[in-house]
Amino acid sequence: MIPPAFDYARPASVEEAVRTLAEAGDEAKVLAGGQSLLPLLRLRLAFPELVVDVGRIPGLSGVREDGDTLVIGALTTHHDILRDPLVGRYAGLLAAATRTVADPAVRHRGTLGGSLAHADPAGDLPAVALALDAELVVVGPQGRRTIPAREFFVDYLQSALRPDELLVAVRVPKREGWGFRYEKFQRVAQAWAVVGVAALVRRENGHIAEARIGLTNMGATPLRAAASEAALAGVPAVADAVARATAAAAEGTRPSSDPSATPEYRAHLARVLTRRAVLAAAGGE
Amino acid sequence: MTEATEREVGRARLRKEDARLVTGQTTWTDNIQMTGLLHLAILRSPMAHARVDRVDVSPALERPGVVAAFAGRDLADGLGSLPCAWPVTEDIVMPDHPPVAVDEVRYAGDPVAVVVARDRYAAADALEAIEVDYTPLPPVLDLEAALAEDAPLVHADKGTNRCYVWPLATGEDYARVKERADVVLTRRYRQQRLIPSAMEPRAVVVTPLPASGEYTLHSTTQIPHILRIMLAMVTGIPEHKLRVIAPDVGGGFGSKLQVYGEEALALAVARRLGRPVKWTESRSEGCLATHHGRGMIQDVEIAATREGRLLGLKVDLLADMGAYLMLVTPGVPILGAFMYPGIYKMDAYDFTCTGVFTTRTPTDAYRGAGRPEATFAIERIMDELAAELGLDPIELRRRNWIRREEFPYPSIAGLTYDSGDYAAATDKALALFGYDDLRAEQQKRHERGDPVRLGIGVSTYTEMCGLAPSRVLGDLRYGAGGWEAASIRMLPTGKVEVVTGTSPHGQGHVTSWSQIAADVLGVPFEDVEVVHGDTKAAPQGMDTYGSRSLVVGGAAVHQAAVKVVGKARKVAAHLLEADEDDLDFAGGVFSVKGSPEARTTIQEIAFAAFSSHDMPEGMEPTINAEHVMDPENFSYPHGTHLCAVEVDTETGRSTIRSYVCVDDVGRVVNPLIVEGQVHGGVAQGIGQALYEEAVYDDEGNLVSGTLADYLVPSAVDLPDFVTDRTETPATSNPLGAKGVGESGTIAATPAVVNAIVDALRPLGVTDVAMPCTPQRVWQAIEEASA
Repeated sequence: MIPPAFDYARPASVEEAVRTLAEAGDEAKVLAGGQSLLPLLRLRLAFPELVVDVGRIPGLSGVREDGDTLVIGALTTHHDILRDPLVGRYAGLLAAATRTVADPAVRHRGTLGGSLAHADPAGDLPAVALALDAELVVVGPQGRRTIPAREFFVDYLQSALRPDELLVAVRVPKREGWGFRYEKFQRVAQAWAVVGVAALVRRENGHIAEARIGLTNMGATPLRAAASEAALAGVPAVADAVARATAAAAEGTRPSSDPSATPEYRAHLARVLTRRAVLAAAGGE
Repeated sequence: MTEATEREVGRARLRKEDARLVTGQTTWTDNIQMTGLLHLAILRSPMAHARVDRVDVSPALERPGVVAAFAGRDLADGLGSLPCAWPVTEDIVMPDHPPVAVDEVRYAGDPVAVVVARDRYAAADALEAIEVDYTPLPPVLDLEAALAEDAPLVHADKGTNRCYVWPLATGEDYARVKERADVVLTRRYRQQRLIPSAMEPRAVVVTPLPASGEYTLHSTTQIPHILRIMLAMVTGIPEHKLRVIAPDVGGGFGSKLQVYGEEALALAVARRLGRPVKWTESRSEGCLATHHGRGMIQDVEIAATREGRLLGLKVDLLADMGAYLMLVTPGVPILGAFMYPGIYKMDAYDFTCTGVFTTRTPTDAYRGAGRPEATFAIERIMDELAAELGLDPIELRRRNWIRREEFPYPSIAGLTYDSGDYAAATDKALALFGYDDLRAEQQKRHERGDPVRLGIGVSTYTEMCGLAPSRVLGDLRYGAGGWEAASIRMLPTGKVEVVTGTSPHGQGHVTSWSQIAADVLGVPFEDVEVVHGDTKAAPQGMDTYGSRSLVVGGAAVHQAAVKVVGKARKVAAHLLEADEDDLDFAGGVFSVKGSPEARTTIQEIAFAAFSSHDMPEGMEPTINAEHVMDPENFSYPHGTHLCAVEVDTETGRSTIRSYVCVDDVGRVVNPLIVEGQVHGGVAQGIGQALYEEAVYDDEGNLVSGTLADYLVPSAVDLPDFVTDRTETPATSNPLGAKGVGESGTIAATPAVVNAIVDALRPLGVTDVAMPCTPQRVWQAIEEASA
């Protein structure tokens, strides 16, 4: 559990961080809360030449409002997200999923930005970002750009971040009056999700007007359960109808295999958990 | 008299040692620092089985901070084969086991080279520079395929993968008994491999004193005394020049009941370089290279009458030895051999164990060692038999268990169960559990087709522990005796040092031994210190494993204290000018019967013995005493564990809703410590039932090599345990104690799996392989409904 040798930089500003990353080419990794990167280093599964510790750059944590949007600093810890009243009011799904991340020690160190940039499909928050239609604000040598969550997760542990870009904030559309549920299926409390389902539901007159569903660990990236979302639009918020509409939850997914679950079992779980998550989010039983 | 209320034995004392253990303000082996300390790192085979064609350590020597590097061949001189102290049969196959492989690696994790550097970082980095050429050889992973004629061999020079065959047939002839049976059930159960996962990983520090040829070895071991003897033999360092210290050790569960290659290696390197060396494993290294537990296939057959009376039991066991035989590897299943009949009466018992070599990490003792496996098999098949006969599983057990009035009872496997009351423990457990109400709810859920089913699991276990009568161990070809030593030093100021040969690594011996000594000597609990785990300070001992410490070592403390009182009585009689028989002794005070003002305390006598100005004629000037206890029998804790599990048939998840255990561990010295042992033991038993498994891929790589993949349950994953006790004292030791270190682990696993199968039986499920992961449960339901 001893990492390979690496150089270490601790920039004081976003500009300095971007400059440092640009100079290092492909050989640098950004360190935020360290809850994903440090285990990879210690297991010698990652060999960066340079670790760029952005943890002390001012202004990258905290939550603020910007019109219809919440702006969450990339360095905001899971713990702070759980305590934030704006998140609680406008992005309850994020708080609900964050509550299931690992254990209190990890939640005190780990950050929202770090967990999204790591782009682990088994992480809880990427699927939540997808369901929330979040946007990721990144800064590079050419300046600032905004990437929709749908385009951010490219492949297993790969995001649309370029090597010289730093994720600085996450923009989440405010949603009031939507029901939500994060259904996480895990074998022990601190384990990754075997499968997770993040559901947001807007209900009108006893019917589901709109549903957004993010799937955790159902492929190389987090996914939206698009077929089920379409099927759910307009159905009554009752068990039978929701069950029929969520039978397609695993459509288009390509889940992996490990000692806890075969792809077939993951697909089965996705259907069961999506049904449960949507029903709960819709205020059903 | 207030004496009864002031007794220490039976009090729920908080543990004396906890403040330092939980704050870490103590000597964990890895905390040891000293000037000039060098660090070892070990290069391990990435392959399950390969010929080692070439090892070149010279590039590592070029790396900064590296002091030395060795391949197996460089160390072969002066390092013998690692020992196996339990050759269970005369014709057992005993392969050579070099601490660092020379020609062939036989499991992923087998050491191939060693780097010695000035710090851990330099050592770890330099490993990557070592060049090794391997020629892959076929892995040997399947226990049955390994026994085929043309199977590839783990040890080609031995010509077979069959390590030994150990039979035991007792009572009537099983085949004949079977003919009388109305019902014969055959089942196959798998005991998956487990990774012991003690909280403190292994570490060793060796300090040489080249001028005198002496060595001090600190190790995270359960067995400092046995380790010293064995390392003297492996390295050739004379035993009297080797001091072994087990400082505070953070858990073992049998995984530190071992003579590890790394310990021998550290000693060899320190001798070679004349400098102190340290080695500390990482968690993932420990998953590969600390011995594993379990790993068996059990073919079980039970024969019974229609009324549910057991007639006979037949067990055919394949036991995975792994790649080499370590300290007691072959003996672990043999410890279980005597326990398959459990608490039941029957006419015939037929047992055979075949030990099999595979290209996997060696197996050895893990909490319960053979007995959890045996208990699982009998308790699982008892539930199957109950279902077959249409009987309640409790009722089937009642019809077959040994009754209270039948003790001492000669078990079918040849043991003498000394005491117990299975009905009392079961009745208490049923009441605490609310058995009838849960059965009613189970029925209702079934009737309404509830997707969440309820299951009830029963486990009425016993075990043999308190290892053990030396004579019996000899009959079983175990390499050592089963006695334990204690001595008591009465210090001149009236304080007491208890020196024990046991070696605690979390069990709380310091507290329990203090309670025992305080009662016998009549001194305050706080005035007793316990010295352990150092072959120089506590020179005689047989160490800690097999729930033996209290039953044998605690009993030795008791007897040594009785001897101290006997000597003190002589001095008191002399000082008080009375007959010994005329002295009362209570609360540490000797007084003359009828004239209570004529009195002296044991502390005053300790000082009188120290000054020795006025000792009885002919008496040695000391009241210190020692005792070596060799028990006449094993001890047999028993109990009834009941588990209610909710099984979500849609996801396959099993959630334990309630868990009741009523254990009979004989007389209890410290109920709080007993409670802790039961909680931890049950947690580990649940771990095997639901979570833990060392998974290998088809090439023999360990897939579950970190705690992210090898799932150990934590407090949040476990239910609240309801615990209670019954008490029938053991007759084989003066404390009446039976031992509690392993009972929870032995009892819990079948209780949980029985509950899961019970929940799903109406759906046609008759078994779920361990660990009963949600996926396996779901698949079992799917297959049953197909």
